[in-house]
Parts: sequence; C-alpha cells; structure tokens
Amino acid sequence: MTLRTIVWKEIWQRPSAVVTCVLAILLGVAALVAIRHITVFSEHEVGRQLQSLGANILVLPQGASLQDYYSADQNGLTLPEERATQIMLAGLSGVERLSPRLCVPIRLEGKALTLVGILPQSEFAAKGAWETVTLFQKKAHVGCKKASCAPNPEDMRPEALATQRTVEQLGDRDAIVGADVAHQLWLKPGVAVELFDETFNVVAVLPPTGTVDDSRVFAHLHTVQRLAKTGEVVSAIEVMGCCEDAAGQLVPQLSQLLPDSRVVTISQVVQTQVGVNRLMARTSVLVVGVLVLVGGISVASAISSNVRERRREIGTLMALGATPRFISGLFLLKATWLGLAGGLGGCALGLVLAMVLGPQWAGVSVSPLLGTIAVAAVVALAVTLVAAYWPARNASQLDPCTCFQEV
Amino acid sequence: MFRLENITKVYSRRGVELTAIRTERLHIVAGSYVAIVGPSGSGKTTLLSMLGGMLSPTEGHVLMDDVSLYDLPIASRARIRQERIGFVFQTFNLIPYLTAQENVQVPLCLCGTPAADQKAKAAALLERVGLAERMHHKPSELSIGQQQRVALARTLANAPSVILADEPTGNLDPDSRGVVLDFFDELHRDGCTIVMVTHDAVAADRAQTWLRLEDGTILAATRTKAA
Repeated sequence: MTLRTIVWKEIWQRPSAVVTCVLAILLGVAALVAIRHITVFSEHEVGRQLQSLGANILVLPQGASLQDYYSADQNGLTLPEERATQIMLAGLSGVERLSPRLCVPIRLEGKALTLVGILPQSEFAAKGAWETVTLFQKKAHVGCKKASCAPNPEDMRPEALATQRTVEQLGDRDAIVGADVAHQLWLKPGVAVELFDETFNVVAVLPPTGTVDDSRVFAHLHTVQRLAKTGEVVSAIEVMGCCEDAAGQLVPQLSQLLPDSRVVTISQVVQTQVGVNRLMARTSVLVVGVLVLVGGISVASAISSNVRERRREIGTLMALGATPRFISGLFLLKATWLGLAGGLGGCALGLVLAMVLGPQWAGVSVSPLLGTIAVAAVVALAVTLVAAYWPARNASQLDPCTCFQEV
Repeated sequence: MFRLENITKVYSRRGVELTAIRTERLHIVAGSYVAIVGPSGSGKTTLLSMLGGMLSPTEGHVLMDDVSLYDLPIASRARIRQERIGFVFQTFNLIPYLTAQENVQVPLCLCGTPAADQKAKAAALLERVGLAERMHHKPSELSIGQQQRVALARTLANAPSVILADEPTGNLDPDSRGVVLDFFDELHRDGCTIVMVTHDAVAADRAQTWLRLEDGTILAATRTKAA
C-alpha cells in the first residue's frame, strides 16, 4: 500500500463528495476549450475568406442585410440585370470578371434547396451590345502583377465555380450541384434532374466548400429567370477585382455608378464576424477568471470539508508515525486527481461541444488544438493545487491528539 | 525508558488557563507495565499524548531513552512513533475505507516497507490475532472485538518497544477484553513497555504499577506488584 492507494480508496469510498468539485472544474474547462476552439477556427475562416475573396466586391439591392459573404445573394431582394451591363460598359480598371446571380427557392425530391442562376463568362463576350459599342474592354489595374484578363485554363472546368465563383461555359439545360446536394440526392455528372418540371443534365458536382454553396443547385441565369418568372433581375452581382487594392478603388466608383445599389467588400462582410471573434476571445478570458474563482473555491471548500471530516483519521495516522508531509500529500494528491479528471474531462467535453456547435453557430469546422487543450488542462491542475494548498497545510498542522480527544 | 522532568501542561480556554498536568518527576522504566488511573479530566490522556511525542508540555522535558522528545523536530518525533511506539485507542480508530489487511499495512507503508512485504506481514499479524478469515473485510463488517484485534495487529506491525494504550478495553465485552489483555501480558513478557490509561479495574489489575492522577497531579505509585 502507498499514499496513492490510500487516496484512491478514500475517493471511491464517497465518490459523490467529489462530483460537485470535479463538475465545477469540468464545466469551466469545457467552456474555455469550446469558446477558444470556435474563436480560433472562426478567425482562420475570416483570414481564409479575406485571402481568397479579398479582391471581390458584392453589388446588392439597397436594404440587403449581410451575415455571410456566401449567402449575401439570398436576401429576397433583387436589382435589374442591366446593372451588370452598366458595370461592364463603365470599363472600370481592375475588374477581372462579373458574376450576376439570382437565387430562387425550390424543392427537389422533397428537400428545400436554393436554385442559383449564374451567367457563364463566355456570354459576356457574346453580348451584342457590348461587342458593337466596343466599349467593354477589360482594363488591367495599373501596376498590379496579379491582373489577368485572359481566362485561366483551370477556369474552363465547371467545378471551378467552387473557387473562382464563375464558370466559363454553361448550357441552358445544364446544372451544377453542390457537394451536399449531390450526396443527399445521389446525383453525379451525367444524370438528369427535374427543376421546375423541366429536365436538366448534371454537368458537374462541386467539391465541398464548407459554405452554403454545398447545398445549392446552379443553372443558367436566363433559364432560372424564365422558369421562376422573375423577369430580368438578379439577387446580387459579384465583381471580381484583380487585387485588394483594385477592390478598394472600385468600391467608390461602383457606388457612384450604381447609386440605388449597395456596394460592399469582403472585409465589410466579415467585420461582424471579426467583432464576434473579439467578443468570444474576451469571453474566454472571462471564463478563465470564472474557472479560477468557481473551480478554486469549489476545490478549496471540498478539501477543507474533507480535512474536517477526517480529523480523527489524520490524528490516527500521525499517531502511527505519519509526517506532516505525508498528511498534506494525502490532500494534494487527491486535489491533483480531481484537477486532472476535471481538466481532461472538460477538455474532451469542450472539444466535442466545439466540433458540434462550431459548424452550427459560427459556420466553421473545428479540429483539436493541442496547445489550447494542454493549456486548459494545466490551468485546471494549477488552480486545483493552489486551492488545495491551504487546506492541505492545515491538515498537516492538525493536533494529533484529536485521535484521543474525539473519542 | 521515559523520564518526565518538571512537566506542566496548561490549556487556555476562552481566556481561562487550566493546568491539565503537573509533575516534578516521573520515571517509567523499560519493560514495565503501567496503568494510569484516575477520574475523568484528571490528565491521563494528556500524559499519554506527551509520552507519545504528540503533545508538547508547557514547561519541562519528556525524555525517551535520554533524548528530549520535544527538542526534536516534528518529523523526527514522527519517525520515533513509526519505529518504537505503538498506540491502542479506545475506539480503535481503524480507517473505515480500508480493509483489515490494509489497516494493518498503514504503519508499514509509513515506514516505507515494500508493498509485497507489507501484505505478507499484515496477513501474518492478522493470523496471529485470529482474523485470517477477515483479512479483506472493512471495519464496518467486523464485530467490535474483531475491530480491536485488527487495531492490535496494526499496533504490532512495526514491532514497537512501547505500547501506549488509551482505554483499550473501554468498549469491549468481557471475552474481547480478555483477548486484548492476554496480548498485553504476552507483549510485556516479551520485553515490551506498556503504559495503559484505564478506568477498568480488571485491566488495571494486570499492570505491575498503578499511577494515580488527580487534578493533573501524579500521586505516588499507588500499587506495585511483582512481574
């Protein structure tokens, strides 16, 4: 038998006495780990969006609300399609591509989905009006090395829609489906799908993007306008600039060109998310404070109460030759195990919560951050040991004569 | 074995000082069997605690084999209790969540005895007190007499040269009392010094020497019989 055996057996003698204590630590650590994971991955997502979409601008109807870049076109409002023509004719420098979109709700095999009408890039060149006036010529942004007016060979594939936000070619009866839709409805390239009682041919399945595009079906803009009887309107026009500098210069020009529309950049869209991230980061600091306070008080209270209940046992151990170090070791080892149980359990619970709630609340996928988990476990252990130190010290200084006096 | 020189122990309770024990000189020789008797509150347990190195006197010295116990650091006194002193308590003071065998292992664990040796020695001691069949029972699963025998086995674990017993038969039926006192007689014959606080005339009768305490004062040995 060792010190460990005695502590272990004492804990299992009355497990209910330590449950509250472990629970206080566990919940604090779980909240800390969950918030921290969601915050970190949300920040990564914002960074990724800024990097991949930093040069993009959205032209939306006035009054459209903004929560997420990818679903900004799903606001129920529309603007005339001719706004895209206006932008093209203006010949603004730095504009690489345009993607007017119209979103309409549909049901496909009983599932509520969004059908998105998009205009393939090839049709801009085919527009008679633009060709005849020859006013539309892509102008490179001066000094920008990223500017590229020629289509990239990669952009020719329909799957490029997932990353480039545009496709080069799309027929009247062609459909492109998002990854989730394809998975749920067993769709793959070459199969037929019924939309508005008309048959479409699935030409591509998009790779998973982690955005609303995964649960969308894409078809030709004019076909969607005709089937949904909306007239020549769009929900949004996405303007792809060549670089972030160009985007910054384009916003005031577009606002002047389209005074009845709302023009926003990706950084404006993610501003709310950045604010939420800051709030969550501050909340995680608050959670650490609460963990220290509640967990510490709980541990100190549990160990103090344990010392009071075991006064005669402590006296007996001292009479049998236990040193003060051995007595304080009994309580510090117990606190260590409670801290480890609460800390590790809290890390596991927090991680599960983050992985489940992250995609729902913040729209981000979460995977374990070992550094955060280690820090949370160490904080829990340190708080527990500090809280248990004084009760353990008091125990080691108890009058050993309690083994006689409490007869 | 023990010498007490000019001992005074004063307790202070709510500003009132009470002298628990006062004696100029007391000598307990090695191998003796001493019963400390006297009315409740006369200082018997205080004296026993001081002999065990657990309660320092307000004044004076307690010497064990010419070493002043309370001039030693706490850890050294604990070491002396581990190696040389065995305590027997009126309510046995067994640790409730440990089995009989584990309770007997406690003093061995405190001495740093390897786990395998602890088990073997505890098993042998429990067999010696007639509890080989109850080794894995917890105190709550044992009778009062069996509990005191487990406590006795625990006391003997480190082969102490002194046994300090506080009312060892106070809670026992006559049969169990007989078993405990027979053990004390056997240990005394083997050379062990026994100091026993008791109210029990039958138990006190087994001792060689009676020390009577009244109001904290040790009266002269009121009785001495041949070993």
